[in-house]
Amino acid sequence: MSTAGFNSQNGTGTGQTYTNGPSQNPVALQQLPGVSYGMTHQPTYNPVQAKAPAPLGPGLYPSGPYQPAPPVGSYQPGPTLTSYPAPPGQPLMTRPLLGAPPSHTPPQSASPGPRLPPPQATPPPPAVSSSNYYPNPQQPQHMPPAWQYNNTPPPMGPASSMGTPPHGAMANHVNPAASLTAPLLPPSSAAYSSAPAAHVSHSGAQPPGPGMPPTSLHGYIQPGTAPPPMGPMGPMGPNTYQPGRAPYGPPRTGPPPTMKPTPPPTGPPMANAQPPPPRADAQCGGAVNSTLPPTEPDYQDGDIECPGNMAGNGPQAPNSHNHVDNQMAGMPQHGPPGRHLGHYPSLPPGYQNTPAPHNATPPIHPAMQAATQPYTQAHQPYQQPPGGPGPAQLSPSLAAMSLQSSTPEALRVVNLLQERNLLPPSPVPPPTPCLPQDLQKINCNPEVFRSTLTSIPQTQSLLNKAKMPLGLLLHPFKDLSLPVVTSSTIVRCRSCRTYINPFVSFLDQRRWKCNLCHRVNDVPEEFMYNPVSRSYGEPHKRPEVQNATIEFIAPSEYMLRPPQPAVYLFVLDVSHNAVETGYLNVFCQSMLDNINALPGDSRTKVGFITFDSTIHFYNLQEGLSQPQMLIVSDIEDIFLPTPDSLLVNLNECKELVQDLLKSLPTLFQKTMETQSALGSALQAAFKLLSPTGGRMTIFQTQLPNLGVGALQSREDPNQRASAKDIQHLSPATDFYKKLALDCSGQQVSVDLFLLSSQYCDLASLGCISRYSAGTVYNYPSYHHQHNPAQVECFTKDLKRYLTRKIGFEAVMRIRCTKGLSIHTFHGNFFVRSTDLLSLPNVNPDAGFAVQMSIEENLVDLQVVSFQAALLYTSSKGERRIRVHTLCLPVVNSLSDIFAGADVQAISGLLACMAVDRSATASLSDARDAMTNAAIDSLTSYRQSVLTIQQPGLLAPACLKLFPLYILALLKQKAFRTGTSTRLDDRVFAMLQLKYQPLVYSLLMIHPALYRVDDLTDEGALNINERTIPQPRVLQLSVEKLSREAAFLMDAGTVMYLWIGRNCNPNFLSQVLGVPNYAAVPENLYLLPELDTAESQRTRAFIGWLRDQRPFFPPMHVIRDESQLKPTFMQNMIEDRTESALSYYEFLLHLQQQISK
Amino acid sequence: MAFTFAAFCYMLALLLTAALIFFAIWHIIAFDELKTDYKNPIDQCNTLNPLVLPEYLIHFFFCVMFFCAAEWLTLCLNLPLFAYHVWRYMSRPVMSSPGLYDPTTIMNADILAFCQKEGWCKLAFYLLSFFYYLYGMIYVLVSS
Repeated sequence: MSTAGFNSQNGTGTGQTYTNGPSQNPVALQQLPGVSYGMTHQPTYNPVQAKAPAPLGPGLYPSGPYQPAPPVGSYQPGPTLTSYPAPPGQPLMTRPLLGAPPSHTPPQSASPGPRLPPPQATPPPPAVSSSNYYPNPQQPQHMPPAWQYNNTPPPMGPASSMGTPPHGAMANHVNPAASLTAPLLPPSSAAYSSAPAAHVSHSGAQPPGPGMPPTSLHGYIQPGTAPPPMGPMGPMGPNTYQPGRAPYGPPRTGPPPTMKPTPPPTGPPMANAQPPPPRADAQCGGAVNSTLPPTEPDYQDGDIECPGNMAGNGPQAPNSHNHVDNQMAGMPQHGPPGRHLGHYPSLPPGYQNTPAPHNATPPIHPAMQAATQPYTQAHQPYQQPPGGPGPAQLSPSLAAMSLQSSTPEALRVVNLLQERNLLPPSPVPPPTPCLPQDLQKINCNPEVFRSTLTSIPQTQSLLNKAKMPLGLLLHPFKDLSLPVVTSSTIVRCRSCRTYINPFVSFLDQRRWKCNLCHRVNDVPEEFMYNPVSRSYGEPHKRPEVQNATIEFIAPSEYMLRPPQPAVYLFVLDVSHNAVETGYLNVFCQSMLDNINALPGDSRTKVGFITFDSTIHFYNLQEGLSQPQMLIVSDIEDIFLPTPDSLLVNLNECKELVQDLLKSLPTLFQKTMETQSALGSALQAAFKLLSPTGGRMTIFQTQLPNLGVGALQSREDPNQRASAKDIQHLSPATDFYKKLALDCSGQQVSVDLFLLSSQYCDLASLGCISRYSAGTVYNYPSYHHQHNPAQVECFTKDLKRYLTRKIGFEAVMRIRCTKGLSIHTFHGNFFVRSTDLLSLPNVNPDAGFAVQMSIEENLVDLQVVSFQAALLYTSSKGERRIRVHTLCLPVVNSLSDIFAGADVQAISGLLACMAVDRSATASLSDARDAMTNAAIDSLTSYRQSVLTIQQPGLLAPACLKLFPLYILALLKQKAFRTGTSTRLDDRVFAMLQLKYQPLVYSLLMIHPALYRVDDLTDEGALNINERTIPQPRVLQLSVEKLSREAAFLMDAGTVMYLWIGRNCNPNFLSQVLGVPNYAAVPENLYLLPELDTAESQRTRAFIGWLRDQRPFFPPMHVIRDESQLKPTFMQNMIEDRTESALSYYEFLLHLQQQISK
Repeated sequence: MAFTFAAFCYMLALLLTAALIFFAIWHIIAFDELKTDYKNPIDQCNTLNPLVLPEYLIHFFFCVMFFCAAEWLTLCLNLPLFAYHVWRYMSRPVMSSPGLYDPTTIMNADILAFCQKEGWCKLAFYLLSFFYYLYGMIYVLVSS
């Protein structure tokens, strides 16, 4: 079996275990008699694994080329190789695409039924916006001259999809508060029932006015009346579970039964182990003869596929339905043993699309829950306790529900003006693409590869109508344990060079069809042999076809030159200012501590350069008794004094290096040199590194003011708050950019550590890292005595920086299905061609964003795929390719697009776009564009998706957080106005928004607030014997703070612990170790390690939050009179400030614009 | 029929426009190569950037010539392009060398599309003005 238990090392805790490989799951599912099925967003468990693996024992991996991670599940190595397992059921989809045919569904608000004409009046015209990311087809004057990513605004008629039937439930509404032990009850049911179903209840609770609820500006109204139940879901109230019924609450409304409007197959499902029938329609029950699949372009994702074979012992499958089906099909349950190998034994994933929901699901052992759901969030609702009603009962009701399914939860209409508590109590899980479950199960982890729209619009005009950005967010080099494949031939499409992936389709044993360009390729002979099962003739079971994320060891044709050694060059500022900050001690100590942990092999090289107004080189040649300092004072025409001995082999010269590190801090203690010739030092370092490539690390503590690359201060501190528009966001000189491009060409990457209390012109300096795929770290006001929190942060970051994984001379190419094209990249890199990023170094903490556009209509496609391939040299000198493939469905109705919107990814991508916009146009332009993005998408939703017009600010449930995130972005350090923000801090925040992976940048945008003085073990997680309390996430409003409590704000890169004036004395003494409030020290940044339960809980919780990210967020304790209190309060984004709207005012502003 | 200064201007403009047409074609080809992955953007910008100012100067030069020759209609036809050139060069990214194109942003689809469109528009303009100058030259030669 090819799958590995994917454990994200930096992941968010226990729940993050996900299994990409479908293989072992079905086996375990079949054999383990457990009950629960923990998948939140997938209403039913699909037992049918067409690709169910050959159940060989886990120990049978060949030791050589293929290095499997230990399989998660345990399975019995039964006689299954020779038996055709019974298909226990038919796969299900998580959410129906359009066209689920519940004709008798009562028309519900958003989508079902024929679209009603807008009541009374034509919908209001969209708000006129002066700048916009999306052109408005109807209003060309919207279009700003540049930065439209949708250049073709063909007006679409009224959405043809309006008459489409309802859509299935969406994932992200799920309230994840329920702990792992929560019963089947959907935790969000309460919230659901209290949600004013606005379109239903607008007669009662809402005034019939034009949408302005008669409230004060600061008050929200709650609908006085209990909202009526949601349509047909009413009878199945959230809590009315009958014992035999599925755990199935209103939030998970329509279970997506079919992929197409066609009714479920009428034909008997066939037994597995058949070659896929041509049309993959209902007549799966074909005989044993292997029908050749057709070659139509769209057959491969046929609507319905044969129930796949189950690995494992078919007859033992505790699934009576499958037996029935099989018998109906007249198929033997055991295939002839001999036939198995000769025939194409199971279906490749491309064939596996699902018909209707089937009625049976085998029980799952609770232990397998994690394995069965591809990406479990830390706390997933819908978990069943063992012994509870099993998933076996889940499916029948789902089938029933699908017939009366109503609006999917993602499209449930939310009146934002009336819903006060929008924030889910725990982090929002990414929505699940509406794919057949077997495809979804092997789909790429959303932490690695995520799309803003989980349903891809069919045409660009449809995308333009939806007014949401289409893009991908990637974290390609994330720390993962993943299957590694060594193979002399890496199977790729001959025309588009796509790597073979789980979403290709096998036409027969010898041919596969590329899912990106649709070319039919041959399967090479070597690929016929499956090293995992050691069997021949099963190319579809190779690990490459079982894992959406995989790593190849590349053969020599992937090398332009011999793999480079790991080379690290450190360029240190040793001017007077730098010595004052005291960073040299920390750096040298950290280097000494971690010198053996630097990633590399026997060839690893290091070098050091220091500079002030001159450049100092260090000769570390083997044989010298001590390091030799060589000073070059001719900074105008820099040269290397002894080119050969400045970069030395770390292993051979370790003692000299250690000597140098020990003496460096004292060497410059008395220096009075205040100037900084950074530009020349960079040139020297570039010369030193250019023959090999490698990593250059710059430590800089002041504005470079001498020689080439000298900069002037451009910031007027008095204008910080009052300036109408922020100037100087773009570089002052192109020196750093040009040098970065030169570095990029020589495979040198530059990381910048900025430790300055003064303005350093990060906008110019940052270019050196931005275009060489480096990283910028910023420690404003760093001082070894005055700012101990920064010192701790710097120390921890440095340790991580020195020891983390690194890839050299990397390139990343992003391919996508024909018809889609890449519009713009965001992140730190150099774009070498339309789809190729040059990354001299790649590190595990770098994220990327890609804007996409649709160039050709995707009419004939059911799904599209995206593949990111990262080719790099590991620190051990191995050339490796890491491939991620993401598969998403194509839809053709606006409501489906809205239902698949991923609000977090959209906000992250909009933030990247806004950063670009503020550099090319202006900050106010970028702010307007973000506001308009919210206005436009909600307008589009109101006009095109909503059938019933009603007052209020209406949003689909999946976008209900959109205005909040936009407001948070407007108040984020990068984009805020009116508040005093240092220009460097602003530019740094912008850089972070662009290169942080989405999970981290989201916390920077919208911090999480927890109450921590009353932590309990209720609902706590258990990780490695540690109990981690899970307080709920609170809204960012001062109203939520109370003087009697203590609150923790997690803002991603920094945390604040706010102590109320009358805080519970118990908390003060047990956690902070002080007798009363007055005794809380001013600059507290470490919690004392007290041996009390409260202290342990608090520290466990904070430690757990910190463990989830690769950088170290320092924690500041905030009291009423703390200096940092304003910073803390600025993060209260739902509140009004002098210069910014409160959340409610912002909503009113949006509503005004929308109804204009 | 007399060989006036205006006729000379037209003849010169005719020759220079032919050169500009080659510039425009080169521009279009270069961006097409970028779009189809054949070239590294750094190399491409390095070849394109030195050509920008010569093109603008040539155009400016025969604008001045027409001004001296008092060919007001022809001058008016060329002024919009001249104004565009001035605007375009004023709003160029921060660069230490002459030129317009920045290899770090050139691969952005918006900018790439804009540059291609610009190339085609200029080609059309230069072609039309080529024939216009031909006509103008003959007209001046015949009428005077």
